Amino acid sequence: MSVDLSTKYLGLDLRSPLVASAGPIQQNLDGVRALADSGVGAIVMYSLFEEQVRHEEARQAELELEYMDSFAESLSFFPTVQSNEGGITAEYLAHLEASAKAVDVPVIASLNGATNGGWVQTAHRMQDAGAAAIECNIYMVPGDVEMTGAEVEDRHVEIVTAVRDAVDIPVAVKLSPFFSAPGNMIARLDATGVDGLVLFNRFLQPDIDLEKLEVVPGVWLSSQSDQRVPLTWIASLSGRVNASLAATSGVDTSDDVLKYLLAGADVVMTTSSLVRYGASYAGTLIDGVSQWLERKALTLEEARGLLAVPADASSSEYERNGYVAALEKAKATYGG
Amino acid sequence: MERTRIIADGNTAAASVAYRCSELCSIYPITPSSPMAETADEWSAGKRVNIWGDIPSVIEMQSEGGAAGALHGALQGGALTTTFTASQGLLLMIPNMYKIAGELTSTVFHVAARSLAAQGLSIFGDHQDVMACRQTGFAMLCSATVQECHDLALISHAATLQSRVPFMHFFEGFRTSHELNVLETLSDDDIRQFITDDLVHAHRERALSPAHPFIRGTAQNPDIHFQAREAANAYYEKVPGILQTLFDRFAELTGRGYHLVDYFGDPQAEQVIVCMGSGAKTVQHTIEHLNKQGHKLGLVLVRLFRPFPAAEIVKAIPETARTVAVLDRTKEPGSEGEPLFLDVMSALSQAVSRGTREHMPIISGGRYGISSKEFTAGMAAGIVTELELDQPRPHFTIGIDDDVTHLSLPWQDLDIEDPKTLRAVFFGMGSDGTVGANKNTIKILGSDPGTYAQGYFEYDSRKSGSRTTSHLRFGPNPIESPYLVNQAEFIGVHNFNILESIDVLTMAHEGTTVLINAPYGPDELWDHLPDSMQRQIIDKKINLWTIDALPVARKVGLRNRTNTILQTCFFAISGVLPRDEAIARIKDSIQKTYGKKSQKIVEMNHAAVDASLEHLHQVSVPDRVTSTHGLIPPVTDDAPEFVRDVTARMIEGLGNTLPVSAVPDDGTYPAGTTKYEQRTLSDLIAEWDPSECIQCGNCAFVCPHGVIRAKYYPQSALEGAPAGFPTATLNAAGLPESNYTLQVVPDQCTGCGLCVEACPVRPTAHPDRRAINLEEHLDKTAQRENLSFFETLPVNDRSRVDFASVRGTQFLQPLFEFSGACAGCGETPYVKLVSQLFGDRAEVANATGCSSIYGGNLPTTPWGKNADGRGPAWSNSLFEDNAEFGLGMRLAADVQTNLAKVRLGQLADRLDPELVDGLLNAPQLTEHDLVSQQERVHTLQSILSDMEQTPAVRDLISVADHLLRRSVWIIGGDGWAYDIGSGGVDHVLASGRDVNILVLDTEVYSNTGGQASKSTPMGAVAKFATSGKPTGKKDMAMQAIAYGSVYVARVALGADPQQTLRAFREAEAYPGPSLIIAYSHCIAHGYDLKNGLDQQYKAVHCGHWPLMRYNPVLADEGHNPFLLDSPRPDITWREYAKLELRYRMLSKSNPEAAERFLDLDQRSVERRWTEYEEMATRTADRFTFDARTSEFAAGSSRA
Repeated sequence: MSVDLSTKYLGLDLRSPLVASAGPIQQNLDGVRALADSGVGAIVMYSLFEEQVRHEEARQAELELEYMDSFAESLSFFPTVQSNEGGITAEYLAHLEASAKAVDVPVIASLNGATNGGWVQTAHRMQDAGAAAIECNIYMVPGDVEMTGAEVEDRHVEIVTAVRDAVDIPVAVKLSPFFSAPGNMIARLDATGVDGLVLFNRFLQPDIDLEKLEVVPGVWLSSQSDQRVPLTWIASLSGRVNASLAATSGVDTSDDVLKYLLAGADVVMTTSSLVRYGASYAGTLIDGVSQWLERKALTLEEARGLLAVPADASSSEYERNGYVAALEKAKATYGG
Repeated sequence: MERTRIIADGNTAAASVAYRCSELCSIYPITPSSPMAETADEWSAGKRVNIWGDIPSVIEMQSEGGAAGALHGALQGGALTTTFTASQGLLLMIPNMYKIAGELTSTVFHVAARSLAAQGLSIFGDHQDVMACRQTGFAMLCSATVQECHDLALISHAATLQSRVPFMHFFEGFRTSHELNVLETLSDDDIRQFITDDLVHAHRERALSPAHPFIRGTAQNPDIHFQAREAANAYYEKVPGILQTLFDRFAELTGRGYHLVDYFGDPQAEQVIVCMGSGAKTVQHTIEHLNKQGHKLGLVLVRLFRPFPAAEIVKAIPETARTVAVLDRTKEPGSEGEPLFLDVMSALSQAVSRGTREHMPIISGGRYGISSKEFTAGMAAGIVTELELDQPRPHFTIGIDDDVTHLSLPWQDLDIEDPKTLRAVFFGMGSDGTVGANKNTIKILGSDPGTYAQGYFEYDSRKSGSRTTSHLRFGPNPIESPYLVNQAEFIGVHNFNILESIDVLTMAHEGTTVLINAPYGPDELWDHLPDSMQRQIIDKKINLWTIDALPVARKVGLRNRTNTILQTCFFAISGVLPRDEAIARIKDSIQKTYGKKSQKIVEMNHAAVDASLEHLHQVSVPDRVTSTHGLIPPVTDDAPEFVRDVTARMIEGLGNTLPVSAVPDDGTYPAGTTKYEQRTLSDLIAEWDPSECIQCGNCAFVCPHGVIRAKYYPQSALEGAPAGFPTATLNAAGLPESNYTLQVVPDQCTGCGLCVEACPVRPTAHPDRRAINLEEHLDKTAQRENLSFFETLPVNDRSRVDFASVRGTQFLQPLFEFSGACAGCGETPYVKLVSQLFGDRAEVANATGCSSIYGGNLPTTPWGKNADGRGPAWSNSLFEDNAEFGLGMRLAADVQTNLAKVRLGQLADRLDPELVDGLLNAPQLTEHDLVSQQERVHTLQSILSDMEQTPAVRDLISVADHLLRRSVWIIGGDGWAYDIGSGGVDHVLASGRDVNILVLDTEVYSNTGGQASKSTPMGAVAKFATSGKPTGKKDMAMQAIAYGSVYVARVALGADPQQTLRAFREAEAYPGPSLIIAYSHCIAHGYDLKNGLDQQYKAVHCGHWPLMRYNPVLADEGHNPFLLDSPRPDITWREYAKLELRYRMLSKSNPEAAERFLDLDQRSVERRWTEYEEMATRTADRFTFDARTSEFAAGSSRA
């Protein structure tokens, strides 16, 4: 392919703007290699869930402590282990290290959590394990009615700042779209000097089983309709933030990749399509991008941000225009 | 390892040296020595090296006999080998000890000396076990303090290599083995100076080797055996000299000097006490105190007991001594005196009679401190008072009130403690972390070079709702007070329920500071205190503080762990450190304790520290008593006399004051006394919802504590019921106008939640609820009233209950109730089921372990009796012999049944022929059969009592009850059945006799704290399997099936209660040996036990625990005897294992090994399932021939 797809993301040189986002394929070394072989520009590892780690460590410690020192013959019930840490964290770091060594594309570690505690240390160890960058996946479980919007926003800034200060490698932040003023939130994060913004996180929302009367946790792959919100914000932010922009959600074909690029994304991430069609599908997507660029006689740089909100436009007006246009289209289509 | 100053207990102090001086540790867990072996194993797993830079191996054997055998072999192989043991375990090593000593083999046994089981088992400390080994040829060196445990451990290891005489290094169990104190550790270099390579090489050169073969262990004849025994004398003669040389070198190196025998006190003493062990320290400080008052007292502290240092002892006792008391911490019934007394007497007699000593003092022998009985300064002074009499009695005891043989000396309290020492006592509950926090407090304060600290902890004998008492001392001078605190400057009551039941201020003096954790505000507290406590607070001018710690703990996420909060309060109030410094050091200690475990726990505890002080309040003490309530009586009003007079005192913590006459002389205690104990275990208790209940009985079936009772009754019986008494129409057919009630015993419910999990009802409107739910009830008055009424309803007639269904069993009275087992215990539902189904004619042999502790640990016991006064007769022999013990019960029953039949035949012509025929020949299988036979036996007993009392009549009366088929149950855990008692179990199964063996399989040693057994699954982490158990679980069922004549069942009531019930009934009915292996979830599995039943279900459904029965009766009938009762595995091993900490732990320390084990476990359950499935399809003739013949059936009691 003669089209040059090389891209800069988080200051890293990528061979292509398609990035495998955090997902299950990365959980074994063969999957990591397959992704690299298919031509992705970088690989974001599956997420290390900080809360899960903390919870499991605490639970294990609690179980060890629960019956200690309460009966003369059995002052404990388990051999004393020096550390409960290991398990998930150690496994993750070992896999990260092996992956980074196994492939020649940047491997980005993903740290998922909601609180400040423990991130800094873990981030540092990810750097030591060979991560090219760290993606902070800030995920707050909905349901806390006490926390104010300002507190949520401050927490994001605190976490990103702390992680950035702790490591020398680039740091990206993966966000939820559910802020009352996402633009301002992003601007605040951008002001921290964060290297990249990944738009957006999808909540893993539970379902309900009507027969069993149970809540069913679940993971659902994204669909193309999920790309509109990120697309809108990428377009709005392109050229207005210092951080790299990564688009994620709703990529199914190379057209979807191109749309994000045209909106201004530095890189486009996908998990769902790779899970759906296999790691090698990344090659198909990249080929599609190349072919389109070739057909349109555009370089990647020329195409990127071509349809972003112009730097001199009011982004709210632009969005409103798009909204009005959508309504007009709906009326035409459905006769509404 | 460098020299450091640490806080350690005696076990750690001894193990630290033993480990570094050894290449191999061959052990078996036994209280109170287990921590030495466990610590060594953890060091080995953590790759800590010995003084040669190698990692010692630790091997856990199947018994102490096995450990000693392996050790003996290892020594013969040239390895530097040690062991750690105590009590019965040491006794099991005796045969090998003779061998090892006879072969002049260097080794050291480190013994946390403990009582021996006699009229009752005791885990506590004295010298009974070591004294039972004094004849083996081992040298015996005794440590009196934590520091000595460390120092004399090294001396022992060095001396055994130099002298070739094996050493037993011992110290008192719990008192020294578990006491925390300051320890100056020896560096590796220090140790190397004593354990030189030359000595090690000489040891190796004496080992067996094909390179230079010889034979050792011959059989010898009368011609030379005697001479050979004498040939070793020279080695023993050298031991004292070798030891003293080592002591002297040690003193040069460390500044700590020791002698074979040390003398303290007045060089011209007129009264001298000879003592060995920690008690000598008490004597030492007491006589120092009394000498200042003009007494002329001396102490001979004995360190070396074998070879007996006669010359040194004679020399140590001043010629001025008019009277001498020799104290022994052991008891030898029927002897002229205990060992130390006899040896000292002999030594002095020899010296005087041979003219090497001028004066023969009057010598008395005294027993003290048996089973960790307190030995205080007051008691030592009591001995002095006796010695100062013209004619002190020749034998005495101290520390008890012997009102039977009048041997005991009187004594009075005497406080000789250093006034600079701060003494603190804390009352807590097992689950609240009080002990753990106190251990940290000792470490915090004791880490200061200028501060000394001591901690000792008492635990009660229950596993649920247990009370702990922590005794702490801190001060600027070394603390050698090996007895409990009896006057405290600070008292912490960490659970309000405790002060409602016992007097917590007995140790308070004027001005003592008392902190109470109470669910009341500072203004409300006073009115909730018992009147006697208020009186003491006023009279003693107590400085009273309070905090409601539970809400603080819950707010920061610590649930019921209030320990950090209360620790912070202690530091804040007691002033042992400036507040800011105290808080900083508590936080630092938290970080050290939990930092590598969980940062979240650290953060929660730090938050608890920060939140504590704002909730701490000083209480303004009124000037008069306002309370109108006293302490809650320990037992109920309807308790029998013995329970009121004796048991109640033990419950109150006043058992030490009971005189000898109050205590049964042969270990026989009344049955079923837990029901009289007044205690409230949980505010969260089960509550029945009559409107939703389907009356299936599952909840009652699984209840581990026997607190869920069901009855049906005519509706008319509800007359007089309290308002709100829960009742529902009985939904069983055939009993119209009847009601049903499921009653919870509110004060005995632990709130474990198993009943809730077992309930199949999901009310549509409340899918998160069941027909039985846990509800919080601080005030249980209504529940108690309901229970009182419920108890007036008649127990349902057993012969009308359908035994074949779980539903039916709920109406059978449990004759095993309210045991002290852990909340949610997985074992006790099976035990309870035995008692319900067969209890009124059962005899139970119970192996030592959890089931013997919750089944037979005083003060109260759970094995009860029914309204007719019948119930299970229960006994415990030992750990290793339980199968044989139970077989003996069977043999005795058979002998007496046969005797009854013979006598009945002889008297037949004087009795109703129909009655005789029924007694001899009626079947005894169904409950109806058994009730009929019971009636016949009653009739016979009644007739016999009216007949002329000829020898035959009297004989028949004595054995008539044996005409009712006796049900013999042999019960124990997997440590017994798979390991230490395995040989006995095997032999009993092979005997063909009609016994029922119930293995409560927790897959780990539960009672002693989670050591691996041969039942432990592959990959599970347990003590001595820190890297995951490398071998698979023994398939005991298949072993038993191999005999062909054994009924075998594997059950898990959480997976299929009906199959469990069927198996129990079939096993009992089978006229030969039966084996039931029952899956018992356990706290040692590492998950919340409220999920125990679900985990049992998963164990079955992943194929780990396939439910099966092997019934030889079916083979007799030509059917396949092997019945596979559970479905083909439908979940993976991983899905089962991931929920238990014992499996998950390895994924932390060694993820690759964990994965490998997970894979192997999956494959092995699949392989076994395939095998079982194939067996389930075989024809009867493809199983082992059933060797039972008619004579077995005739030999059994079955008519």
